[in-house]
Amino acid sequence: MKKIEVIIKPFKLEDVKDALADLGITGMTVTDVKGYGRQQGHSELYRGAEYIVDFVAKTKLDLIIKDEDLDTVTKAIVESAKTGKIGDGKIFVSSIEETIRIRTGETGNEAI
Amino acid sequence: MKSKLLWLLALFSPALLFAEDKLDTGDTAWMMVSTAVVLLMTPAGLALFYGGMTRAKNVLNTYAMVVGAFVVAFVAWIFAGYSIAFGTNESAALQTFFGGFNHIFLEGISWKDLSGTYPTYVFIVFQGTFAAITVAIASGSVIERMKFSTWLVFVAIWTIFVYAPITHMVWGGDGALLFDAGALDFAGGTVVHMNGGLAGLVLAILVGRRVGLNKTAMKPMSIMLTALGAALLWFGWFGFNGGSAFGANSIAGLAFLTTALAPSVAAITWMLLEYMTYKKITLLGAVSGIVAGLVAITPAAGFVDVSGSMIMGVVGSIVAFYGVIGLKKKLGYDDSLDAFGIHFLAGLWGALAVAFLAVKDNDLLWDGPLKESGDRIGQFLVQVESVVVVGIFTLIGTVVVYYIAMLLTGGARVDEETETRGLDEAVHGEKVLNL
Repeated sequence: MKKIEVIIKPFKLEDVKDALADLGITGMTVTDVKGYGRQQGHSELYRGAEYIVDFVAKTKLDLIIKDEDLDTVTKAIVESAKTGKIGDGKIFVSSIEETIRIRTGETGNEAI
Repeated sequence: MKSKLLWLLALFSPALLFAEDKLDTGDTAWMMVSTAVVLLMTPAGLALFYGGMTRAKNVLNTYAMVVGAFVVAFVAWIFAGYSIAFGTNESAALQTFFGGFNHIFLEGISWKDLSGTYPTYVFIVFQGTFAAITVAIASGSVIERMKFSTWLVFVAIWTIFVYAPITHMVWGGDGALLFDAGALDFAGGTVVHMNGGLAGLVLAILVGRRVGLNKTAMKPMSIMLTALGAALLWFGWFGFNGGSAFGANSIAGLAFLTTALAPSVAAITWMLLEYMTYKKITLLGAVSGIVAGLVAITPAAGFVDVSGSMIMGVVGSIVAFYGVIGLKKKLGYDDSLDAFGIHFLAGLWGALAVAFLAVKDNDLLWDGPLKESGDRIGQFLVQVESVVVVGIFTLIGTVVVYYIAMLLTGGARVDEETETRGLDEAVHGEKVLNL
């Protein structure tokens, strides 16, 4: 099993969700986050007083998938979240040791 | 039409020529409506305009300073302000500066009395709303740090001993200093805007800067509230300038045109200046331009034509933009919401420029060098005199009243912990939003 953490531009959330749903991904966790990478922050201007806002609003998705789905899933995310401009985000992949469904006690791929 | 009818009537009954003032229902209705919309400028217009620009932790305090200024100033106005401003002093020497105390609590004025063609009580309330907004303007310079109690005491004393004498000097009738000199101030460029703006600057310097100025981000809570406030100010300004024609007449119509045109031109100017300087046009900039244009046209609203009001708006906006963007940074004072930058500077420009931009039409002009002989330089010197007199009087008066208010309330500034926590919670026990 793999865990995929994805940081995307907030307005791309619907596109990414639809692309993943088409692949049969049944669940994910979505969080509004703030941060910065190469895009850096932006500035706000009030009567000539310029404030640098260091953190940019982003959306973070967490999902757990089967090992064999990894390539199709990451490909679908890259395609649906891409704008080609700086700040499109990143995908982090890590391995998961175990998954347990609380209601039934199922484990492994059955529990995803 | 109306004047022709009156003239015909006068032919047939000469007695009418010497008749007492007669109530005109049209004028009365217009002055009452004007008064009501001018009232809205303070506890809605200015309060939202200022409140929106304040940090979220101090919004209610800022709003309360404006509302508090209105109610306290209005009572002070009825108590002695009106008497000092529009009373007539028996001593000619005192009449120059000061209307006296004959009308304390409107003593001697009856509900049947008329001020020209409408009830004197309406005139008193109309002028009371001017007194209240003038001192409320100054609050914008000292938000987020001044003690609420000191502010209210300041408002009461300042309205009576600074605002009322200045109003008397400019609008107080025969014998009053600047009135006799022939100063042109249609609706309060000197009396209201220079006066309130300069008082703000003096207070900002005396109270000192906010903690963390230029170090921490001081972001406005909601520019949308500020924009709504500006719209309400603009709406009310039709009563402010239109009502200063003191009747439902053609001069009020002229004031309507200039009150719509000058701010529009000023807002376009401000947007262009912003684009040239920062490559961005902000909503806060656009509405600041509107207010700068309104301030600039105020002393000239019933004196200028289309081109005059456009020049008023363009230059008023440039001057205020420089005050807000340049002068404030250069001199380092914390005029937090730019009462000085916008109201004083644009008011100063309007008060001086009216000498050159007023049309030479004696039906419009007030007595003064321009009306008598078309002497614009002479009129300009009178305008300079009125600007200097009002400036010095406000400067000294504000310093004195500030120290009296400070002594009476044991210090003018909240402690640093209150300032850091925010005055809404620490002083008022309220929060702007409970989510």
